[in-house]
Amino acid sequence: MDMQATKKKVGLKEKYAHMTRGLGWETTYQPMNKVFPYAEFEGIKIHDWDKWEDPFRLTMDAYWKYQAEKERKLYAVLDAFAQNNGHLGVTDARYINALKLFLTGISPLEYVAHRGFAAAGRNFPGVGPRVACLMQSLDEVRHAQTQIHALSNYNKHYNGFHDFKHMIERVWYLSVPKSFFDDAFSAGPFEWMIAIGFSFEYVLTNLLFVPFMSGAAYNGDMGTVTVGFSAQSDEARHMTLGLECIKFMLEQDPDNLPIVQKWIDKWAWRGTRVLTLVGMMMDYMLPKRVMSWKEAWEIYFEQNGGALFNDLARYGIKVPECLSQTAIDKEHISHQAWATFYQYGGASDFHTWMPTDEEMDWLSAKYPNTFDKYYRARFTHWRDEAEKGKRFYNGTLPMLCQVCQIPMLFTEPSDPTQICYRESEYQGEKYHTCSDGCKHIFDDEPEKYIQAWLPVHQIYQGNCFNEGVDPTAPGFDPLAEVLKWYHVEHGRDNLDFEGSEDQKNFAAWRGLATKNV
Amino acid sequence: MAVKALKAYKFDAADTQDKFHGNQLLYVGWDKHLMFCAPFAFALPSTTRFGDLCDKILSKSFGYHPDWAKVDLAKAVWKKSGQPWQPDMNKTLAELGLKHKDALRFETPGLNGIQGSCS
Repeated sequence: MDMQATKKKVGLKEKYAHMTRGLGWETTYQPMNKVFPYAEFEGIKIHDWDKWEDPFRLTMDAYWKYQAEKERKLYAVLDAFAQNNGHLGVTDARYINALKLFLTGISPLEYVAHRGFAAAGRNFPGVGPRVACLMQSLDEVRHAQTQIHALSNYNKHYNGFHDFKHMIERVWYLSVPKSFFDDAFSAGPFEWMIAIGFSFEYVLTNLLFVPFMSGAAYNGDMGTVTVGFSAQSDEARHMTLGLECIKFMLEQDPDNLPIVQKWIDKWAWRGTRVLTLVGMMMDYMLPKRVMSWKEAWEIYFEQNGGALFNDLARYGIKVPECLSQTAIDKEHISHQAWATFYQYGGASDFHTWMPTDEEMDWLSAKYPNTFDKYYRARFTHWRDEAEKGKRFYNGTLPMLCQVCQIPMLFTEPSDPTQICYRESEYQGEKYHTCSDGCKHIFDDEPEKYIQAWLPVHQIYQGNCFNEGVDPTAPGFDPLAEVLKWYHVEHGRDNLDFEGSEDQKNFAAWRGLATKNV
Repeated sequence: MAVKALKAYKFDAADTQDKFHGNQLLYVGWDKHLMFCAPFAFALPSTTRFGDLCDKILSKSFGYHPDWAKVDLAKAVWKKSGQPWQPDMNKTLAELGLKHKDALRFETPGLNGIQGSCS
């Protein structure tokens, strides 16, 4: 006789219980601490994983449905964008360089985030965070893919988009975001969650996504805007996961507080340094600006972040110790970074340029304390020289910070005219850092940072040339050989925007679209 | 503090001098001339004469700056690791006690960059 199946549908709460907590079990062939070897070594004490509260209560079956719907909408827009030559609708071809920075510097990080959350999901013994990490891991690979698909439309028409996967492992400035994620991924699962889940996804994510996605909207790039919208509800879930994770750690044991605080201090600073690239993008690479980096920093970090840390104060968490320095840096770093990319514009896969007079006036208005005093003369001088045919390309390699790997371009908090030098010694060897924040991180775990793959040192060691290249051959040109190894085509992908193939093509194609020829 | 790890955590430093094919790293920055965004990194034999470093190498790296023509390096004020330091143009890096990854900076009194902006 057939069994009578019950018609009753499982309620949401019950379904959530079955699809998360119900999926876990206590292992018997091997002890739990052998199955989850990464759960304890960082010193974080968890007494009861069942106390984990998942604010979203999302289960995998619902997850697939939501994501599939979002994908359908996104790809409809991307197809329309491609078929209508959407790329010709952007404000100015200079804007496209912000997309190159995004594809080379951000999309590969989405992929590493995918791997990192998969690992965290594997390594946590608690079922609640395992399921949440699994979903975030899938989100992140989706974000990497959708970004790559959206930007592949630009790759058909413009230079510099062709080999981001190769470049992330090699190109000098990309070691900055890469080493940031490598640092987090090579830590334990709890530090990963504070580094990426909390500091990056919660405290700093608005400073990454709002500038790029609003920047896309302001500059007529509907394809990229749609990628942003498609990721938005995922990001909201990621932020909540990061926050839940930190609260969970703090509620489980009072001994966790100093460890969590140390990680917050470290990763707030590491994140801030990486975001220097975003600051420069906002202030210099968007033909139509959204807001200044300083304004974004004040809204999203100082005000929103301030409210968050007020909320966490009841656990004994203090605001990150770098706050006083970032309040000074926000007036400088975007100008210092753009000056760096401009002068090393021979060695990157995107174009650089000097701002117009009108743009400099905008910068003066947004940075009344610093732009005219410290930067305008430099930029005007470079522009004048370029007009005389002497565009400045710095041909000597810069000194890098051992921790953030950014060239030592930052100035002393007390003196914006003086480069900030910090030095440590470990096992008889000298190490240089760009700031108190990076020095502090180095001194805390020198064994980790002495292994840093610093692009400048690697070039001098001879590790950045294609096989068979002989650096001792007569007439050897190291920069040319390094560019070949980067897969950056000299004269096409790099150098000034003025006179570039991108500039000429965009003007010609837009002309065809808007004029009778 | 040591790295917390499951096993003994011991790895080689990536940039020890033996990896630079007989050269040593030397960093040099020109104070109040931020047109050069960061100090420079050079890989040089320890037998390099300091005068040659100044005349042949630094002049090439810093020469784009309009102030460079007015620089008299004999009168520059040098620092090593932030402490006052006196070079001798006729001595080599080794003779001056400069070690792998030492950081030098110099000031050129009276010269303060483009329109005095320290650029």
